[in-house]
Amino acid sequence: MTERLAIEVLCDAKPDAAAVDAFLAAHQVPIVEGHRATFLWRGQADAVKLRHWIFGLESAQPLARLEGTDLFYLVVEIPPRSRVEYKLEVRRGEHVEWIEDPLNPHRARDPFGANSVLATAGYQLPEWAREDPLARRGLLEPFSFHSRTLGGPRSGHVYMPARWRKTRRYPLLVVHDGSDYLRYAGMRAVLDNLIHRLEIPSLIAVFVDSPDRLHEYADHEAHARFLCEELVPDLERRLPIVSEPRARCLMGASFGAVASLSTAVRYPGFWGRLLLQSGSFAFTDIGSRNHRGPVFDRVVAFMNAYREEPTAVSERVFVSCGVYESLIYENRSLIPILDATGMQVRLVEARDGHNWENWRDRLREGLSWLFPGPLMMIYE
Amino acid sequence: MTKVLLAGAQRFEPTIGPALAALGVAGRVALVTAGWQEREAEDEELAAHLGGDTVNLRLHERADQVFAADAGLRAAHRKRQRVLRHKQDFYRIRLEHELEANHVIRQRTAPAEILAEEERTSTLAIRILDDFHLGQCARIHREFDEAHRPLERPHVARHREEIAAALEGTVALAIAGGHVASLLNRLELFGIAELLRDQVVVAWSAGAMAIATRVILFHDAPPQGPGASEILDRGLGIVRGALPFPQPETRLRLGDPERVGVLARRFAPSLCLAMPARSTLAIEGQRVLATEGVSVLGEDGSVSPLAADTPLPSTERA
Repeated sequence: MTERLAIEVLCDAKPDAAAVDAFLAAHQVPIVEGHRATFLWRGQADAVKLRHWIFGLESAQPLARLEGTDLFYLVVEIPPRSRVEYKLEVRRGEHVEWIEDPLNPHRARDPFGANSVLATAGYQLPEWAREDPLARRGLLEPFSFHSRTLGGPRSGHVYMPARWRKTRRYPLLVVHDGSDYLRYAGMRAVLDNLIHRLEIPSLIAVFVDSPDRLHEYADHEAHARFLCEELVPDLERRLPIVSEPRARCLMGASFGAVASLSTAVRYPGFWGRLLLQSGSFAFTDIGSRNHRGPVFDRVVAFMNAYREEPTAVSERVFVSCGVYESLIYENRSLIPILDATGMQVRLVEARDGHNWENWRDRLREGLSWLFPGPLMMIYE
Repeated sequence: MTKVLLAGAQRFEPTIGPALAALGVAGRVALVTAGWQEREAEDEELAAHLGGDTVNLRLHERADQVFAADAGLRAAHRKRQRVLRHKQDFYRIRLEHELEANHVIRQRTAPAEILAEEERTSTLAIRILDDFHLGQCARIHREFDEAHRPLERPHVARHREEIAAALEGTVALAIAGGHVASLLNRLELFGIAELLRDQVVVAWSAGAMAIATRVILFHDAPPQGPGASEILDRGLGIVRGALPFPQPETRLRLGDPERVGVLARRFAPSLCLAMPARSTLAIEGQRVLATEGVSVLGEDGSVSPLAADTPLPSTERA
């Protein structure tokens, strides 16, 4: 027999305001009970809706008012080990606003602000994503580069591993949307920790930004040329980098993953490692019209062409995607295509959405597969 | 008979200074920090912890000098290492299957006596594979030594004389951790074990692993792969009957009786010893002189403190 939910017990009790106070004080919100999560909002409103980014569920689901109270609630079935970002839509008369859940202290930030976060049983913030006081910190320094190809400056950050030496040579990781990876995916701490744990080798990471990512990341010839003919050669002149494809990784998320794959296609063999997270790999099976809008037109053209004649462009390709993203289908369908070219390919799925913390949580698995560390050899 | 002090990791909480003092060892200490590779010379903290009267044998730097001066030896050494890496890869392929088979057998439902027999057979298969790999490593080393006679080559011999001179008047040889293969290579290249007189050997982490009879690479929860412990090579054999497993806090799942038991049975009769930070074990021959914080992995999957009166097995697989 299914256990009765806390909200069901409360409903039956026909609570007064004091009972609602006590109920909220006694529970973490949202209340996770088995596979079900109860979202709550308290206040005066004409309607309250849950707004989330779980592909496959209605994106707006109304909360019901508990009769005789100002408490609104909604029970949603969510599998264990899930991580869901959401907001609440509160309507008062004509006024509608999307707010973070005031009863839930957990937030995830992104370039658009912040979302509330629900984690169901089994999800834990990875230990290796937290700041570890024992891990030696790498150096992170801003850089600016004038690109003749792109006709202007490009900026970002260079990460040098702790205790790096000029006499050693290091693998190179180039990260699209670099500042966002640093800010929202905590990537400096992730690199520090994975290197400290010997799960990846000490490496040099270059976090690059674009002033117009939707344009430059959508299979843009000049962007690929900038990376392969300007940036990397310049880095290899200035920094102790292993100048070999097997030690060179290009990565990105969403359109950044498209930029990574399309750059590798334009420069086959140059990048021996690719890390593609929630790639916006939209395609069509017939015609060129896609339902995602004109910003995807060049992506669709690129993906359709690549799917028509896939070739091995790298040695190892790590792909991750959240199962609560609509892009999961595009990513899943890409795997056999990449696989058939002879490249080593790995797909990892997670019960998460199109967001920075999902991308953070997959970094250990991806980076340690692309660049295995000396874990089995070093005992300090 | 060499007196040995094994210790857990020293980076955050060094303990070997007081442990040596407790053994009555006082005087100059020779250091081997070759496992730190190009950071070999950065031994200030270690030297200070040991009271400052230390001499670093600089084995990593010396090896670089030897290889720079003796192109023939360098080429032969590289070739040998390449062969060893290939052997390791193929050994690992077979090993992972044997360990997986052992796991599957242990999950099956069958009468207890049949299960026990099948599990014993499976463990035996793993042991045979381990022995075969170790035998191949020994053969490769033997062929290398016979063909190239490294200890007799002038550059190695000159450094050995300097090392012997540096060891004069030292009371202990401290072997730090780091990259275990690199460390083992340097220790063997200069025949360090044969240069010891009556020094106490103190070793931790990779250093402790390198002076046992066999060097076992291990991690129960790596980010990739099944976490199959594997034999890298023979060790110096200064310690016999005990196999140190440093950093068990992060590397071993001591709460998993299956993994613990398989490890213990695989290497029996040698004792598999979990050596966390701050642990120490003083031994002389097969006699335990003192022990602190060391645990023994039991063949039944248990983990129990190593008692001070536990003799180390005197017979073990080579």
